[in-house]
Amino acid sequence: MPKARTFQDLILTLQNFWAGQGCLILQPYDIEMGAGTFHPATTLRALGPRPWRAAYVQPSRRPKDGRYGENPNRLQHYYQFQAILKPAPDDIQEIYLKSLDAIGVDPGLHDIRFVEDDWESPTLGAWGLGWEVWCDGMEISQFTYFQQVGGIDCDPVSAEITYGLERLAMYVQNVEFVYDLAYNEHFRYGEVFHQNEIEQSAYNFELADTDMLKRHFEDAEKECKALIGGNRKMALPAYDQCIKASHVFNLLEARGVISVTERAAYIARVRALAKGCCEAWLASPMGEYKPRYAAHAEDRS
Amino acid sequence: MPDFLLELFSEEIPARMQVAGVKDLERLVVGGLSDRGLLFEGAKSFSGPRRLALAIAGLPAKQPDTREERKGPRVGAPEKALEGFLRSAGVTLDQCSKQSDAKGGFYVAVIAREGRATAEVLAEIVPEAMAKLPWPKSMRWTAGTTRWVRPLHGIVATFDGEVVPFEFANVKSGNTTFGHRFLSHGPIQVRRFEDYEKKLRDAHVILDAAERKEIILHEVKQKAFALGLELVEDEGLLDEVAGLAEWPVVLIGRIEDDFMDLPPEILRTSMRTHQKYFALRSPGKESLADRFAVVSNMAARDGGKEIVAGNERVLRARLSDAKFFWDQDRKRSLESRVDDLKNIVFHAKLGTQYERVERIEALAGEIAERIGADVAMAKRAARLCKADLTTGVVGEFPELQGVMGRYYALHDGEAPEVADAVRDHYKPQGPNDAVPSAPVSIAVGLADKLHTLFEFFRIDEKPTGSGDPYALRRAALGTLRLIFENRLRLSLLESGLSDDLLEFFVDRLKVVLRAREIRHDVVDAVFSIRKDGDFVRRVDLIEALQNFLKSDDGSNLLVAYRRAANILKVEEKKDNRSYDGRPDPKRFATPEEGALFEALSNAMPQITDGIMEERFGDTIRVMAKLRPPVDAFFDEVIVNAPEPELRRNRLLLLSRLRATLHLVADFSKIEG
Repeated sequence: MPKARTFQDLILTLQNFWAGQGCLILQPYDIEMGAGTFHPATTLRALGPRPWRAAYVQPSRRPKDGRYGENPNRLQHYYQFQAILKPAPDDIQEIYLKSLDAIGVDPGLHDIRFVEDDWESPTLGAWGLGWEVWCDGMEISQFTYFQQVGGIDCDPVSAEITYGLERLAMYVQNVEFVYDLAYNEHFRYGEVFHQNEIEQSAYNFELADTDMLKRHFEDAEKECKALIGGNRKMALPAYDQCIKASHVFNLLEARGVISVTERAAYIARVRALAKGCCEAWLASPMGEYKPRYAAHAEDRS
Repeated sequence: MPDFLLELFSEEIPARMQVAGVKDLERLVVGGLSDRGLLFEGAKSFSGPRRLALAIAGLPAKQPDTREERKGPRVGAPEKALEGFLRSAGVTLDQCSKQSDAKGGFYVAVIAREGRATAEVLAEIVPEAMAKLPWPKSMRWTAGTTRWVRPLHGIVATFDGEVVPFEFANVKSGNTTFGHRFLSHGPIQVRRFEDYEKKLRDAHVILDAAERKEIILHEVKQKAFALGLELVEDEGLLDEVAGLAEWPVVLIGRIEDDFMDLPPEILRTSMRTHQKYFALRSPGKESLADRFAVVSNMAARDGGKEIVAGNERVLRARLSDAKFFWDQDRKRSLESRVDDLKNIVFHAKLGTQYERVERIEALAGEIAERIGADVAMAKRAARLCKADLTTGVVGEFPELQGVMGRYYALHDGEAPEVADAVRDHYKPQGPNDAVPSAPVSIAVGLADKLHTLFEFFRIDEKPTGSGDPYALRRAALGTLRLIFENRLRLSLLESGLSDDLLEFFVDRLKVVLRAREIRHDVVDAVFSIRKDGDFVRRVDLIEALQNFLKSDDGSNLLVAYRRAANILKVEEKKDNRSYDGRPDPKRFATPEEGALFEALSNAMPQITDGIMEERFGDTIRVMAKLRPPVDAFFDEVIVNAPEPELRRNRLLLLSRLRATLHLVADFSKIEG
C-alpha cells in the first residue's frame, strides 16, 4: 500500500477507506466546535435504534490550545477525521487496523497498541469506554464505544473512531513541525494555516470581546431552550445553539475570565442544553425519510 | 483425573484490571466448584492484554452422589401435612420409609441425588462467574445488555479435552483461540492446558504475566548492561507494561542532549507516565543516562528501527513541551505566584488555595515554635509550598507538585531548608515513602496535613466506609508517622483537635500500631482514661502496659481486676447504688483487708506521679507489687459477708482497687 504522502492524500485515503465500509462521507458541520463528536451526525445519530454509518473531516477549534504558530504540534484549529458506526461491527478493531494499513502504517514495522483511555465529555453528558491507539508510542487515534450521550443510554452501542489528522500526517511524512507538512505537492500546511494560528491565538487570548461573548452565550442558551421548551421539539436547530454556546464558553475560558467555580456552572449549563436536545431528538422522527416518489426508491435498489 | 481449561478472549483489557480480573474469575469459579462438592488438585490463572485464562487440574469426572434422610410427619398425620412434606422433599410416599421412636411411627424421606457430570456443572458455573465479575468499569456493546470490560470475542472451555458447551454475551464456548494480533494468523485449536500454552507461545503469545515480566526485566537489564548502564527499577511500571504486551520486545532509544539538563524528575515522569519507558542510569549515579528502554509488543521486520525512531520522536515532542514550560516557569519567582492562588479554588466551602496557604503558614509557625524549628523559615516555606501549582510543569505533570516547587525556590535563591520543605511537606505519600526529618520540613508537613484534617472535619466532610475523596486517612497516617518517627513531643489537642478528630486519629493509630503487634484493645483502654494529644507519650504507656499484661504478674492482676469489677457490677446493680468512696480502715476484720488498703494507698500517688513524669516502667512495677495483697485478699476474704457493714466496706475496698488501676487504663476494655 503506498503511503498517504500529503495531508490531503491522507484525508482522501481515509474517506475512500470508510466509504468502502458503507459509511456516508459527510462534510464538516458549519458551526465552530471543539471536536468531531459534536457534529450532529455523531452526537444525535448515536442515539435511538436506527443504524448509522458516517465519516467526515471536522475542523476542531480549541481556543486554549493556540500557541501563536510557535508550538510544533499544538493548534487552536486542527482537523479531526471521524468515523461512527452504529451498531458497532464485531470486527471494528480489524476494520480500523486495515485503515492504518491503507494510509501506509505497516503493522509489520510498527508497534500498534490499544491502551486504556476512557472518553468523557462533560459538556455533552457523554461517555464511553475504549482506548487511545498507539503507534510507536504516539497516540494516533481515539477509539470509543459510546455508552451514553446527553445522559441517555446508547442502544445499540456505536463505535467512534477519531484520527488526529495533523499528528498522523506528521508521522507518515516524518515531519517535526506541523506547519512544514506537505498539504499537497505544491503547498505546505503553514501556507494555509500559519497566519491563521497567529491571528486566531491573539483573538482567543487577547482580543475577543468578553462582554459580547457572555451575551452570545446567554442568547444561544435562551434560543436553545425556546426551541425545545414546551411542546416544541426542534432538536436540530436547538442543537446548533447548544454547539454555539459550547464554543463561546471555550473562548471565554481561553480569555481567562471564567473562575473555577464559574467553569463548573457553565459546563453544567451546556450539558443541560445538550441533554434537552438529545431528548428532543429521541422524541422526533430521528431522520426517518420515506422517498416521495417510488421510482427513486426503485432506482436505488 | 481430568483438567479444565478456560480462556476468555476479548478486545484489549486495561492493564490495571487484568490481574484482579483473573483473580476474581478464579475465586468465583473455584467457589462455584466447591459449593457443588467438586474438589480439585490445583488452580492456576493467567492474564494479559487480550485474554484471561484459568487451568484447574485434577477434577473428578462427576460430583459425588449424595443421600439425605429427612424426617417427616407422624404416621396418621393429616393428609395435607403429608402432601406438603412429600412435595418439599420431592419424593413419593413409596420412597419414604417408616421409623418409630418413643411416641410412635413417623415417615422418613430418603432423598438420593446422583452426582452430575463435572462438565455439566462447569457449563453452569462459568457463565455465572463471568456475569458476576466485578470489573471497576464495564460496558455494553452489540451483545445486548451483557456488560463486560471490553467486547468479548471467544471462549475456550474444555474439560478432559472436550468442549464444555455454554454461551455468554452471544459467544459460544469452543476450543478455538487466536495468537498475537500481528505476529500470528488464523485460529488455533486447543485441547488442554499443556498444548494451549505451547501453541500460544508458537503464536507469539506469552500467557503468563510473571514470565513476561521476567523477560522484560532480563532484556532491559541485559541491553542496559551492554551500554554500560543500569536500570532504574520501577515495579509499578513493570507490572503495567507486562499488561500491555503479549510478546514483549525491549528496544533502546536515545534522549537528545538538549533535554539532558532538565531536572531528572521531569525526564522520568515524562517517560514514565506518558510513554511508559524505563529510565536508565550509569551504575552508582543519581542522574539519568541519555537512553530509555521501551517495551514494544512487536518483533518488527526491521528489528525495531522504525519503532525506536518513532518513540524517540514522540519523546522529543513531549520533552520540548516540558522544556518550554521549565524555561517559562523560571521567568517568574515563586513568591510572585502566591497571589495567583487567589484564583484557584481549594474547596467550595473552604475558599481559595491562597486562603489555605495563609492558614497553613500560621499553623506552621506555631508548630515550628513548639518543636524547635526555625519559625521564620517554616512560615516562608509554608507560604511558598503551594505556589508551584500555578506553574506550567506542574500543570502538565501534577505528580511533580512540590518537587518542582523546590527547584523553583532554589532558583529564586530561597534557603535550602525552605526549598526542601516545599518539596517534602507532601511526604509521606504512602506507607513506603520516607518521612522527612528536617525540622522545617516537619513543621510545614504537619501544618499542611493538620490543616486539611481540621478543615474537612469542620465542614463535616469525613471519610466514610467506602470513600475518602480528600485522602484524610492518608493525612492522619502521615501525621502520625511524622510524630512517631521523629518522636515529636507535642499535643495535637493544643492545636485544636476536636473530639471526633481525636477518635479518627486513635483509629489510624491502631492501624499503625497493629504493624508493631500492639493490640487495639490496649490502645482503647489507655485512650479512654484521658484525652491526650501527645501520641508519643500515650504509645509509650500502651507499649509498657501491653508488656506488663503479657507477664505473669500482669495477667494475674487482670484476672483479679475482672473479679473485682464483676463483683462490683453485680452488687452495685443489686443494691442500686455505686460503691465509690473510701473504705473505713477501722472496719477491716482481716489482716488481708488492711494489707490491700495500705498497698493501694501507697500505689495511688506513685502511679499518678509515674504517669505524670512519664516513668512508665516505674508505674508498671508499682502495679506489679499489687499482686500479692490482691491475691491474698481474694484467697482469704469473703466479700459478700453476712454483716452489711462488713460487706459495704469490702465493696468500697474493691472499688478502690478498680479506681487505682483505672489511673493507668480502663482494664474493662481489655479483651482475651
